[in-house]
Amino acid sequence: MSDRSAALLSNNFIYVAIVIYALAFLAHAVEVAWSVKTPAVQVKKTKLDFAKTERLGRLGSAFMVIGTLLLLAGVIFRGISTDRVPWGNMYEFSITGTFAFSVAYLYALKKYQIRWLGSPSAIAILLSLGTAVTLLYRPSAPLIPALKSPWLITHVSTAIISGGVFLLANFVAATYLIIDRYEQKGARPVWMQKFPTLESLDNFSYRLIALVFPLWTFSVIAGAIWAEAAWGRYWGWDPKETWAFITWVASAAYLHARVTVGWRGRKAAWLCLLVGSSFLFSYVYINVWGTGKHSYSGL
Amino acid sequence: MTTLLDSRSFLRWCWRQLTSMRTALILLLLLGIAAIPGSIFPQRTQNPLQVKQYFIDNPSLAPWLDRFSFFEVYSSPWFSAVYLLLFISLIGCVLPRSIEHAKAIGAKPPLTPKYLDRLDHFTEIKKIDLDLAEKYLKSKGFRIRRETNSISAEKGYARESGNLLFHLSLVLVLIGVGIGSLLGSRGDAILNVGDRFINTPTSYDILGFGKFQAEDSLSPFSITVKDFQAQYDSVTNSPIDYTLTVSTANPVGSAEDIKIIKVNQPLAYGNTKIYLQANGYSPSVIIKDKQGKVVFEGPTPFLPQDSNLSSIGAIKVPDMDPQIGFVGSFLPTADRDPVRGGFSSYPEVLDPRLLFSIWKGDLGLDSGVPQSVYRIDTSKMERIGLKALALNESFDFGEGSITFTGWNSWVNLQIVSDPGKIYSLVGAILAISGLLISLFTRQRRIWVKQGRGTQIAGLSKNEIPGLDDEIRDLVKELAGER
Ligand code: HEM
Repeated sequence: MSDRSAALLSNNFIYVAIVIYALAFLAHAVEVAWSVKTPAVQVKKTKLDFAKTERLGRLGSAFMVIGTLLLLAGVIFRGISTDRVPWGNMYEFSITGTFAFSVAYLYALKKYQIRWLGSPSAIAILLSLGTAVTLLYRPSAPLIPALKSPWLITHVSTAIISGGVFLLANFVAATYLIIDRYEQKGARPVWMQKFPTLESLDNFSYRLIALVFPLWTFSVIAGAIWAEAAWGRYWGWDPKETWAFITWVASAAYLHARVTVGWRGRKAAWLCLLVGSSFLFSYVYINVWGTGKHSYSGL
Repeated sequence: MTTLLDSRSFLRWCWRQLTSMRTALILLLLLGIAAIPGSIFPQRTQNPLQVKQYFIDNPSLAPWLDRFSFFEVYSSPWFSAVYLLLFISLIGCVLPRSIEHAKAIGAKPPLTPKYLDRLDHFTEIKKIDLDLAEKYLKSKGFRIRRETNSISAEKGYARESGNLLFHLSLVLVLIGVGIGSLLGSRGDAILNVGDRFINTPTSYDILGFGKFQAEDSLSPFSITVKDFQAQYDSVTNSPIDYTLTVSTANPVGSAEDIKIIKVNQPLAYGNTKIYLQANGYSPSVIIKDKQGKVVFEGPTPFLPQDSNLSSIGAIKVPDMDPQIGFVGSFLPTADRDPVRGGFSSYPEVLDPRLLFSIWKGDLGLDSGVPQSVYRIDTSKMERIGLKALALNESFDFGEGSITFTGWNSWVNLQIVSDPGKIYSLVGAILAISGLLISLFTRQRRIWVKQGRGTQIAGLSKNEIPGLDDEIRDLVKELAGER
């Protein structure tokens, strides 16, 4: 297959994935909306009826799976079109990172019953794929010399996967805080009733950070080894390195707060939000507006 | 005497505070926050020119920021204070735990609690022989405390071992960083193809030494730049590959070897590595005075300004009277645009031009103030001409003549000696191993006790699932269902 047709195929897979994710969003949104029934006369409270919408929810999940498979195909063909791993610029980081996010979501779907996160997750996916396709798109091109290294694979793949997990942890912590807000004022609104308990949200975000911490540590170390080979120093407090360090220290602080100091609930959720945001900040800010050695990727 | 006691108990109090988890948590958060300013303000170690610019742009704010080390955040007293306190706290917390843990490895599991039915995973089965349970648990790798009518079994000590390994390894990483900054050196040398470099302090354009590094400790090699090839993508103009061929001898004067250096492939001599960091073009000229005597000849490195390697530079001729300077730009593939004027449209040399303005007067080289090699201080000079030359063209500027005879590539070699990095690397590898060990090990206890029937209960630290399966298997085994 020629490079050009592989690149076209990759683009088409990603466009179709966007459509499918949009359908997933619709299915999940309708699922939530239809579950809310107008109150019967004798019952004061609004009730949820999931009997009708269960199938819609399943349909939404099915769309999520198909979208993710299509996205995977898009990423693979992008790699084929460039004869290398598809992690050379921000467009490629974004499509792969979105794929990692979807996989993390699907993996947790059964275990933590997070189908209620379906429509916000689909929005996050649509937004990042949308910006990737419209603002960040670059034609397939070979790597600049600094990126030609086996460490590209280890460092960047683990960083992207970590990014997907950090993003999901951010999501869960934010959901925690929103629900917590409502519960403080009284009861949850109807459409939130199927969401899990605050406690299981709290545990879920802890699991995510505990899982991503070793991976992120590895990614930072691999980056340092690569920097030693490419730039002559393994650590130079370049803005990207600084923010990787901040994210790492913040994750460690979160784990200590949970495990050794015993933080739970709201405080832990805010700290988790801080961890995830520092990752997102270093991804968006440094790549787009930053200076320093990591800004070579031409976005 | 009392004051001595008081101060001693005060010190003890301080130590307890410092090594408490709450303090460690605060210090961790502080470390994260303290690292932020370094990504906001330009740092001297990375970008001295930007720091200078910051002083020019913010003349009232910059000196204050400087007083509090905001341009050298990572070597500032406050940043160092945070991480040193954190590491003292870490050692103070982790060392006693390590000793305790070492003792616990040889010890037996704790006594069986009195009432098992209050614990998790409580099950009661018909009475069985405890030996059976002991044998089974032993075969699963549990350590066992056997009493007359109960067994206390524990497994998963590796979790704590891994955790301690992780924390102690961080100390090793820090030691490696310290050794590197105290005993290492780092320098840059700009060499034209054909130049020879000998690793002594005077050969460098810039050289920085660690505090305890002796100047004569540089390893005694020489490098001759034989060839430099850059390959570009013809669609995007971005570079694809750089190949530098050098001939080296270590020590100087021994047999020479041909070596290749690439961007991700430095040349190594022990702890010293030689990196290809940047490259550009050096246009060559011959300059003659009015009498036709050659006063300057050869290549001058010009500094690339964009991805198509439009480069700027200066040629200084102090040996003429009055002194002459050329402020120029070199375009490897010249093109014209009504708005921008001359520019380069491709990074390889296809149609080179040398554009320059000619200045007459005092170059200011004797003032003692170090000058950039790429710029001329024209404050005491007067402009006497402006010209663009194609290859092999000459120009008579009144005081003499200049001929654009050719071009050469230059490379910037960075030569780094870091004896500490191996410690940091080992520390990092141990740290991540410890982390994985502690992450994937479940620490749990199982008790078996004779009551009316045989009672079984378990306790899992850190709430990691899996214990219920284990207890179910144990029950099946004991009840003879296998
Ligand atoms: C003052 C310094 C520190 C002290 C006193 C300290 C102490 C501790 C203690 C007592 C634990 C409990 C382990 C357990 O109960 O299982 C722990 C866990 C941990 N520490 Fe530290 N630590 C310090 C610094 C750090 C640093 C700098 C990092 C990394 C950036 C770090 C990362 C971790 C991690 C990842 C865990 C495991 C949490 C878990 O089990 O999920 N610690 N630390």
